[in-house]
Amino acid sequence: MTSDFLLSLAQAVTKGLLTGMVYGLMALGLSVIFGVMRVVNFAHGEIMVVGMYLAWMGFEYLQVSPMLSLPVIAALFFVLGYALQRTLISPFIGRPEHQQFLLLLAVAILLVNGCLAIAGPDSRSVQMDSQFDSYELGPLVFDAVRLHAALAAVAIAGLLWLFFTRTRTGKSIRAAADNNMGALVVGLDVRRLYAFTFGVGAACVGAAGALMITIIPVTPFLAAEYTLLAFVIVIVGGLGSMTGALLGGLLIGVSEAVAGLLLQPSLKSMVSFGILILVLLLRPQGLLGKSST
Amino acid sequence: MTNHNQFTRRHLGKAALAGATLIGAPLPLRHGFAQTAPANLKVGLLLPTSGIQAQIGQACRRGGDVANEVFGDMKMPVRLEIVNYDTESKPDVSRTQAEKAIDAGCHILVGAFDSGQTIAIAQVAEQRGVPMIVNIAAAPQITEQGYKFVVRNFPTAPMLITGALALHKEIFKVSGKTPKTAVLMSVNDTFGTAMINGIKALFPKLDMPYQIVDTISYDPAAKDLSVEVAKAKATKAELLMPVSRLNDAKLLVQEMVKQRWEPMGVMNPGAPGLYEQDFLKTMGKYGDFMISNVPWLDPKSAMTQVLEKRHAAKFPKDQLDINGGFTFEGLLVAAQAWLTAKSTKPADLMEALRKTKIDQHVIIGGPIQFDAKGQNVSIKAAAVENLKRKPTVVMPLESAAAPLVFPMPAWNDKRRV
Repeated sequence: MTSDFLLSLAQAVTKGLLTGMVYGLMALGLSVIFGVMRVVNFAHGEIMVVGMYLAWMGFEYLQVSPMLSLPVIAALFFVLGYALQRTLISPFIGRPEHQQFLLLLAVAILLVNGCLAIAGPDSRSVQMDSQFDSYELGPLVFDAVRLHAALAAVAIAGLLWLFFTRTRTGKSIRAAADNNMGALVVGLDVRRLYAFTFGVGAACVGAAGALMITIIPVTPFLAAEYTLLAFVIVIVGGLGSMTGALLGGLLIGVSEAVAGLLLQPSLKSMVSFGILILVLLLRPQGLLGKSST
Repeated sequence: MTNHNQFTRRHLGKAALAGATLIGAPLPLRHGFAQTAPANLKVGLLLPTSGIQAQIGQACRRGGDVANEVFGDMKMPVRLEIVNYDTESKPDVSRTQAEKAIDAGCHILVGAFDSGQTIAIAQVAEQRGVPMIVNIAAAPQITEQGYKFVVRNFPTAPMLITGALALHKEIFKVSGKTPKTAVLMSVNDTFGTAMINGIKALFPKLDMPYQIVDTISYDPAAKDLSVEVAKAKATKAELLMPVSRLNDAKLLVQEMVKQRWEPMGVMNPGAPGLYEQDFLKTMGKYGDFMISNVPWLDPKSAMTQVLEKRHAAKFPKDQLDINGGFTFEGLLVAAQAWLTAKSTKPADLMEALRKTKIDQHVIIGGPIQFDAKGQNVSIKAAAVENLKRKPTVVMPLESAAAPLVFPMPAWNDKRRV
């Protein structure tokens, strides 16, 4: 192998890791919601696309960088997620899974069509000066926007970890996830905790949307693609596992980048799905997931 | 009571006077009547004004929006009723919209910028026996399938490639710099595939001074081209030849800057993307010095000057490019067909289209006329370099508006301001 090839490979891995961190943050929201409530959010990609549109609007109409609008979007999504869970999703907890699926699919369709009605079908992107910037570290070149987004994603994941391990509410949520009946017996308000969890999950995905708009342009039709991607990541990493979601994000990000380099770039998604099939065959609970048996 | 339906000698006198006035009216007045009178021909203009090709589709449409005004200024006694249909950048929607246009009574269809969408519309036009004029679409099969109701006023992919590669040689000769290797990056849609196949077939015959070291294809709706650009950079090719659309062209250059890849030049082999207003606006200084080898507006043509004037007046913020130019010409061909046929019957209009010979038009090249397959073979290519955010003709030398800059200056070069 030539040094040129190795450099290209290292470059692809670097790029994959950076993209994978944002993928991980996006999938984290899905994993948190499932891990606690056992509800699969089929409107996940759609919620992220709404986050992307809000960040785009902030940039386009108020000249606010998506990095600065991120906390506002995350807070707004927390409130909306909380309200959505209390009003719409809560009555469906415990009902047959197909009913939950249809409900969230309907929410997804409403969100996509809402985006379509408000922003139209055209591709929207933010154009910042930093989008042409990169950093050099020896022979490696780091895309500035991807690096900023990845660092922000890692910081948010860190805050989330602190929340779940250091705060009373976070510990209560974990308790409710581990033993729902036990949580009720000790007097925890499980309904409020569920709503809080959905809010946290929505805030994560909203933040991921604000970061994602700095990397790729948004259209309403992007949503389905990213719902699917989030599912691939959490299934590979282990549904319900936060660390698994981050690991899955990194794995898919790197595999896409390396496959693009070694094979044809247009075949990169094929490799992600190949990994998904392998994981389902060899370790159905995912790399870091707990076996149901 | 008076019978108003009775035709009296007084009525006859008035009618005769009106007729005589019209016949005796000076020519400009008659054009005035033509411009305000009901339309002569209903044209369905099918373009991708939303979706991934929206910006180019809208640029095409602007050319159509000023067509009647230009006809009036050019003293053409014709007025078109132009009905716009959005293909949403999708072949399946294009087919539905073509059906809708025909059901709404359109006598001629014009469109549709993209080869895949154009093929879908051409099939409908052929099935329903309604003439179609292709404004922009290069896939050869459009005029190779023996369609009886389709004509194309745009070069085929092989014509684009032959013209573009001839200009490449001229550019190397004038600049004294010749790259030894090139990498081809292409969208994998109908147009891109036709171009790649055309280049592979024609390249050995054209005795090009460089070798194509790799061909990298990608989805035209790609949202990220970092891997593709990294792969192209790894080839160490001295020339990048992109067969792009608009959005991917922006992603491509953005990645080139980020990855600090500075080949000797970026020259397309006859494709859109690099000269579009939105590309120049978004890329800023990084969009300069890229070269498109494509058919271009003839600045010396009187009709081009009128079109530019009308376009600037109606769309002061938008630049007229070949998208608007070719769409205008598509409508010009339709107008001329009606003037020849003086009928809206499909057979009469097709007969008129086959006999078309338009000397006064807007794109560089000979008169607009169609061969037995319905193809205009007189269109010529020009090398258009982005200079100071404006596409400028630099080749052939006799049409050059500014001197060529090649090799392309580095991303941080002071000439990029």
